[in-house]
Amino acid sequence: MSRSRLYVRGLRDSVPMLVGVAPFGIIFGTLAGVGGLSLWQAVGMSLFVYAGSAQFIVVSLMGAGASAIVILLTTFIVNLRHVLYSATMQPQVQGLPQRWRLLLAFWLTDETFAVVQRYYLMHGRGPLAHWHWLGVTSALYACWVSSSLVGVLFGQAVPDMASWGLEFAMLATFIGIVVPLLRNQPQIAAALAAGAVALMTWSLPYKLGLMVAAFSGIAVGVLLERRQSPNVRDTSGKELHS
Amino acid sequence: MSYWWLILGMAAITFLMRYSLFAWPNLRFPSVVRQGLHYVPTAVLTAIVVPGMLLPDGQHWQVSWDNAYLIAGIVAIGIAALSRDLLATIGGGLAVFFLLRWAMGQI
Repeated sequence: MSRSRLYVRGLRDSVPMLVGVAPFGIIFGTLAGVGGLSLWQAVGMSLFVYAGSAQFIVVSLMGAGASAIVILLTTFIVNLRHVLYSATMQPQVQGLPQRWRLLLAFWLTDETFAVVQRYYLMHGRGPLAHWHWLGVTSALYACWVSSSLVGVLFGQAVPDMASWGLEFAMLATFIGIVVPLLRNQPQIAAALAAGAVALMTWSLPYKLGLMVAAFSGIAVGVLLERRQSPNVRDTSGKELHS
Repeated sequence: MSYWWLILGMAAITFLMRYSLFAWPNLRFPSVVRQGLHYVPTAVLTAIVVPGMLLPDGQHWQVSWDNAYLIAGIVAIGIAALSRDLLATIGGGLAVFFLLRWAMGQI
């Protein structure tokens, strides 16, 4: 397939995610006003930070008058999972020029990761596969920034919109990503452990419970996988989630 | 003005984490780390979803029938398990969520 066809296919593959991202961007925009951000600050955060969950949590911290240190630490912890996305996608960017790696890194979100990783699992790594990635990720970025803007405008026009519960769109999106991954015992155990630990640690400060729960889930998954197949010391990326 | 500095700080932190492993294309992890990576999306996203359903305001347990986040979340899990279709999960989950909130007079 040509570059432009791969790019368009990427745009198309992003559509299911756009449905989840748009309401999430709108609710972020409405809440940003409550947190005290101006229209340009809210849109600027979406343009430059581009990390939905972190933006969401930070806006509530700003509204509560949290200090800069707490806000930056929270950003760090909530976004730590991106190091792991970066590591997972690393083989796919090997050999790409620096400008591509910079751009794809800046645009590496949960949603992009979910779509692009699935694409590489099904289609392998073609020489032009990064054009598909670019299509997915540019569509999601445009959707995030524009829906944030719409949200700020909505929030100014309909002040009680922040109480509608639009953030459920984020939960539904994550459920739609995770449930199809639960195809074997270690994955199911990882989810159960992460969920249980998250409920035990939710009251820890700075969203630390999220990281404790995530690492517990990962540890349980790896331990179970190693116990089930002790001879297989290494699983390559190709066997992901199989 | 200080909000702009915070936004730039957040942007720098987030970008550096996303770029970290792309900066060294030949860096390889030990096999245990690579195995662990398989469980990252499952563990991180579940750790966000489960408290989001059971403690929707982030502070109080709401294990009850009038918690639309919990009921619609369970429905969404069911849709996802049966259909394995992301769009159906989001659309169905949101429809049930707003129907419940509307029926219970929460919006």
